[in-house]
Amino acid sequence: MNKIKSLSDLRKIKQDVENRLDLREKSDNPERHVQIKVAMATCGIASGAREVMNAFIEKIAQDKLDAIVTQTGCMGYCHAEPTVEIRKPGEEPIVYGHVDVEKAVAIVDKYIKQGELLEGIIPVNYQTV
Amino acid sequence: MSRYKMHLLVCGGTGCRSSESDLIVENLKKVLQEKGLDGDAQVVQTGCFGFCEQGPIVKVLPDNTFYTSVKPSDAEGIIAEHVLKGRKVERLLYKDPKQQTVVSDSKHMEFYQKQIRIALRNCGFIDPENIDEYIARDGYAALAKVLEEMTPEAAIDLLKKSGLRGRGGGGFPTGLKWELAHKNKAGQKYVVCNADEGDPGAFMDRSILEGDPHSVIEAMAICGYCIGATKGMVYIRAEYPLAIQRLKIALNQARDYGLLGNSILGSKHSFDIELRYGAGAFVCGEETALIHSMEGQRGEPTVKPPFPAESGYLGKPTNVNNVETFANIPAIYLRGAEWFLSIGTAKSKGTKVFALAGKINNVGLIEVPMGITLREVIYEIGGGIKDGKKFKAVQTGGPSGGCLTEKDLDTPIDFDNLLAVGSMMGSGGMIVMDENDCMVSVAKFYLDFTVEESCGKCAPCRVGNKRLYELLNKITNGKGTEEDLEQLRNMSVVIKDTALCGLGQTSPNPVLSTMENFADEYAAHIHDQHCPSGQCKALRQYFILSEKCVGCTACSKVCPSEAISGEKRQAHLIDQIKCIRCGACMEKCKFSAIIIPSTKI
Ligand SMILES: Cc1cc2nc3c(=O)[nH]c(=O)nc-3n(C[C@H](O)[C@H](O)[C@H](O)COP(=O)(O)O)c2cc1C
Repeated sequence: MNKIKSLSDLRKIKQDVENRLDLREKSDNPERHVQIKVAMATCGIASGAREVMNAFIEKIAQDKLDAIVTQTGCMGYCHAEPTVEIRKPGEEPIVYGHVDVEKAVAIVDKYIKQGELLEGIIPVNYQTV
Repeated sequence: MSRYKMHLLVCGGTGCRSSESDLIVENLKKVLQEKGLDGDAQVVQTGCFGFCEQGPIVKVLPDNTFYTSVKPSDAEGIIAEHVLKGRKVERLLYKDPKQQTVVSDSKHMEFYQKQIRIALRNCGFIDPENIDEYIARDGYAALAKVLEEMTPEAAIDLLKKSGLRGRGGGGFPTGLKWELAHKNKAGQKYVVCNADEGDPGAFMDRSILEGDPHSVIEAMAICGYCIGATKGMVYIRAEYPLAIQRLKIALNQARDYGLLGNSILGSKHSFDIELRYGAGAFVCGEETALIHSMEGQRGEPTVKPPFPAESGYLGKPTNVNNVETFANIPAIYLRGAEWFLSIGTAKSKGTKVFALAGKINNVGLIEVPMGITLREVIYEIGGGIKDGKKFKAVQTGGPSGGCLTEKDLDTPIDFDNLLAVGSMMGSGGMIVMDENDCMVSVAKFYLDFTVEESCGKCAPCRVGNKRLYELLNKITNGKGTEEDLEQLRNMSVVIKDTALCGLGQTSPNPVLSTMENFADEYAAHIHDQHCPSGQCKALRQYFILSEKCVGCTACSKVCPSEAISGEKRQAHLIDQIKCIRCGACMEKCKFSAIIIPSTKI
């Protein structure tokens, strides 16, 4: 194993290992980050929620965004699956329906980064679990 | 690159491991693999989450779902439901004892809300057997900063400014202690970490070493640089096998990275640490006794001065600090003295870790800011008294401390306030008692411990504590007199004044504080031969409520001393003289007709 010889060596190691704990750090203060919740009940999974979730995770890692992706159970919009709830810090959550991989990327680029609303918003009238 | 969507953190503290948390880890990993999800979720065994009452704990991130009392067989359900479908496993979620509502994530549990984690910052967060995870949390950055940017004098100065006081019981200012050792110019010096932790029921230090061993190692290396020592030793009781194992792993990893050994981080400072095992004697936690024990001598204390900073291990200047004291130090160097000063009370800065135990809903390990009140700790974090019983007293400071009552509950906890109300901070044991606890018996319990643990070197402790115990025993047997009370009080004062070390100087405290706060209970034992809480067996009375007794004769059949008489289908009666107070009748009665009255009949 290479010895650590200085503070800058240590910082380098830290950078290499930091992303391992990224998820844990963000979970510790979820309200400070953009929270993306993908509905992953049977109906969601059947219509591609898993791929959508992966797309979000990859996109966020790529763009180094301050966001966490979690999964929730059925939100009750089976007709519009996959559904995704986005909650920005201090804002009301918004739910998008019929999200596919392409739409996921668009949500990140347009809504999360620039605050631009996209089509496909489902009115929120439920309590998240 | 594979990116985990979820982390499953499983508590790997001694408590949870004794309830098979190892097997939970194994099963989780196995099921993930079977379902092809091992790239999606990472299983991590961490240190203690503190919520020992309902362990084993599994925490799922990123949603902070907090599963309690998890069994190895639950692994399948957690993965099939939560990991695969995003549905929480309802039956494993925590239920608030007061509201009776389900709280699904730790962020909303009252237990965690008033806690601030400094010493425990990594416990329950990182894998203690992985140095990289410690480094990812800024581990060893404090050491690097001190070595590269600060002189020993400047580093000591910062610690003095922070106001940190020793967490091992005495509350001595840590920076000042380091300065004394630093100023002493004798050749070889030593850094010692006191991990003896002998207070009954205490497990703060064990949990830190199990959950975040590197924080202690890093702080010891900083101390070595500051006082000019190249050698460190951790004195740890052999009864802590898991802490020892994790420390060993951590030491090896630190050596591999060059964070221990020669020329640490490319500097001129060399430092290494070895482990020394204690046999679990309480007195060996006292620093002079600890040093003698490490030297291979009998674990007996000697008079101070000389203090270890002047003449310690092998007669050389030695700096002894407690585990929790050390664990605070890297955070102080990283975040600065000002930050640490902003937490706590005027004279006690930062936080304190307590092992919360006794008749309380949330038994466990907590870290709270100094200045929080006992009421907040007991009723909010602790979730109140078990089974809706009434609070009676809280014992802090272990065998050296005292019992505090309702009137003291709003006292802000810090070193000086606890002393002022007749107890002490001690190392962090906090035991809550309810209406069913007999306070004379509580005092007797602690004296029993002290008598057992006294090293016998000085007469006041060896003989005096034994006499105190005998007097308490006499009282709990209903044979005490008013003179005995007087003698208890006088002898307590003498022992405190004349004992050699901290053990004897504080051992009468539980007696004095219970006599002060519960004079009526002592009086009831002496004048009425009655124990109000029904705990003292010799004084216990069983009584049959005639209106509830149906005359089934079950009690009289089970009574071994033929003390119960009565016709079939008629109310029965207990002969108090024949009764040997075994309680068999009460256990047998299906009609709750047999009681232990709280007043003398
Ligand atoms: C009877 C007795 C037992 C003690 N046990 C411990 C112990 O288990 N752990 C500990 O850190 N300090 C214990 N101490 C206090 C030590 O003597 C010493 O003050 C402490 O280790 C110094 O570290 P600190 O300044 O960081 O608190 C004990 C003291 C006495 C009198």
